[in-house]
Amino acid sequence: MKAIPIELRKKWVGGRGLDAYLLYNHCKPKCNPFGPDNSLLISGGIIAGCPASASARTHVMAKSPLTGYVGSANMGGFFAPELAWAGFHHLVIKGKAEKPVYIFINDDEVEIRDAKNVWGAGIYDTQDIIRKELRDEEVQVLCCGPAGENLVRFANVMTGHKNSGGRTGMGAVMGSKNLKAVAVRGTMDLDIAFPQEALEYNKELIDMVIKSKVSQVMQRWGTMFMYGVTNSTGLIRTRNFQKNQLFGGEDLECENLDNVSIGFDGCFGCQVHCRQRYIINEGPYAGVYTQGPEYASQGAFGTEPEINDMESVLVANHLVNDYGMDTLEIGSMIAWAMELYETGILTVKDTDGVNLEFGNKEALLTMIEKIAKREGLGDILAEGPLRAAQKIGKGSEKYLIHVKGMSNLHSDERATPALALNIATASRGSDHLRSRPAIDLYNLPIEVLDKVYRNNPVPYEGPLVNSYNSYVGKPWMVIWQEMNFMAVDSMGMCKFHTIFLGVNHPTFPEFSKILYLNTGLEMSPEEIWNAANRASTMERLFNIREGMTRKDDMLVDRYFDEPTPGGFPVARGKHIDRKKFKAMLDEYYQLHEWDKNGVPTGEFLKKMGIDEEPSHQL
Amino acid sequence: MQKMIVVDNEKCTGCRLCELVCSVKHDGVSNPARSRIHIIKWHNQGLYLPILCQQCKEAACMAVCPQDAIYRDKELNRVMVNYDLCIGCKMCVAACPFGGMGVNKDSTVIKCDLCDGDPQCVRFCDMKAVNYVDVSKVTLTKKREVVDRFSEYMSKF
Repeated sequence: MKAIPIELRKKWVGGRGLDAYLLYNHCKPKCNPFGPDNSLLISGGIIAGCPASASARTHVMAKSPLTGYVGSANMGGFFAPELAWAGFHHLVIKGKAEKPVYIFINDDEVEIRDAKNVWGAGIYDTQDIIRKELRDEEVQVLCCGPAGENLVRFANVMTGHKNSGGRTGMGAVMGSKNLKAVAVRGTMDLDIAFPQEALEYNKELIDMVIKSKVSQVMQRWGTMFMYGVTNSTGLIRTRNFQKNQLFGGEDLECENLDNVSIGFDGCFGCQVHCRQRYIINEGPYAGVYTQGPEYASQGAFGTEPEINDMESVLVANHLVNDYGMDTLEIGSMIAWAMELYETGILTVKDTDGVNLEFGNKEALLTMIEKIAKREGLGDILAEGPLRAAQKIGKGSEKYLIHVKGMSNLHSDERATPALALNIATASRGSDHLRSRPAIDLYNLPIEVLDKVYRNNPVPYEGPLVNSYNSYVGKPWMVIWQEMNFMAVDSMGMCKFHTIFLGVNHPTFPEFSKILYLNTGLEMSPEEIWNAANRASTMERLFNIREGMTRKDDMLVDRYFDEPTPGGFPVARGKHIDRKKFKAMLDEYYQLHEWDKNGVPTGEFLKKMGIDEEPSHQL
Repeated sequence: MQKMIVVDNEKCTGCRLCELVCSVKHDGVSNPARSRIHIIKWHNQGLYLPILCQQCKEAACMAVCPQDAIYRDKELNRVMVNYDLCIGCKMCVAACPFGGMGVNKDSTVIKCDLCDGDPQCVRFCDMKAVNYVDVSKVTLTKKREVVDRFSEYMSKF
């Protein structure tokens, strides 16, 4: 147990920022992600558990078994606050247990316990059994499911019913360490620097967030509201990548959730409560209670396999959560396999008799089980996009929709160059939560863009264009959101409480005040930006150390070669222009002050104060 | 006007913001262990129920107190502890049928004091799962909800 020195707080803040530092320092270069040299980092943000609008986020980091680069997963729930009440902000887990274990942190006591009662159990049962075993219903459990134990390369870390530390296979890293779960119970005081002021400011922040229309819609429908908009516009991925709309997709509309919903569910302290609690009311899974689903689930289990059926979304969401897998990745892998089946690259022999046609609901559910258990074709798909394509061969790779070996969100970025650049450059592979200039989709007035992107808090003199088809000024939007998201992840806040979907939500100036009132740490908006920039660079350095180059910041050919077949005129017939994309990437590196290969060089590293990393200060 | 806290558990999202603001307001720290309100969760059924002192008329805590340290504050319609008289025997904790009387970190008993008329749990709960309402309106609100459901049901025929 070590105290975190204040200099390191000022440099890295906490959460994902400090984890980036710890990963660079504690993960052995070029190590096997499934070996004992990989370090698993679990943390709460610096304001975890504080009255600050949404202070629930837990961050998990390690070298990714999926991409071989930065592995990073962020989730809501109640784990991070409980960890803070137990007196911890960061856990560094090294080596490998001889047999399955779980860690129990009870206030400041840490115990390693036998996990024989939960090994093999789904994530709902795991949490239930551990609570019963510890005789405390208030214990918060973070765990991997059977998929993590089976080293499915996109297995999640989970807490609660649906809080998913998804993407990059952090659950498989837990499995590889024979670590089933981390249980925590905290009853200690978390000091607030200026309690009454922090309380009042919390009210202001909450009002700021829930006053926006987008939050009010999220309060009612969660992220599922996006489906109607993106499907009608043509910004959603269907049939792997063949179409950008699902015709007759009414059954997937969020309103249908009212038939099964029993109420909403909120993460710690959050008034946006973006998910529903639901009970499946028909079919073989009737009576199952779980939470969600999300926009990602509609894409993964609806539009991608082209199944216009809410029940398949509800059931698949439940299964994937219980096995502890990444919705986005598994949806993409199955849709990819369906396209391979359509083209004849995969045949009924390869699928053990499963008819992998698009639209086959039973096939979707069967494949989920097979992947989690690594059976037959599932064993190959569990390896993630690049490894699976290598095993299948026959030109299957060109049907993959991925960046850095991680599959894309089920959105179609061919009409939106800003979002295309964002997924191409995201540190953990194709991703919408490491930067997402989503507000670009609103065609906001230029004055609003000026307010968001200029001098907030650092100067930007370049152009800003409010058409989402444009390539102009987009690299800065990507960088700005990259810093904004890194700052949020380091604070431990949720992205729905910053400028992600709502332009009037909190950002750098508010972060600065939140930090001061709750922790007493004085950091200006610029200093928070700089810390985010530093941490972002650190992730870049880690990736470069593991062998990443400029060619990894690239979209697959289909983005450039296949125009979108459907949608409104703004989204129809669109593809990404190779030359313009290359120019955007050059500008992105330049604005980052990295060299033309995307490598942060000596002078810049010195300026950031990270030229001597790994420094092993912690 | 007499007001009381009314819980509408169907609206509770289980976010526990009430626990957070209660502990910050009363003790200046974030710590649900110090909160006067708790969300009891049935994790596997998705049931959440906010539990706090009901400010009973015939309060068991008051009846059992050997020091007569617990009294009714008529002005705010609440049950209060006189800490000058309290000896910390915790008989009230044992007697309360709801768990409304709690024990703080320093071993003194704690209970909801309605934040002197501005309950913070109510102020912060956007879902209005906890409400601070005039006693005369409590049942009217419920009746209106029942009628709403009734008319919705009848409209199907």
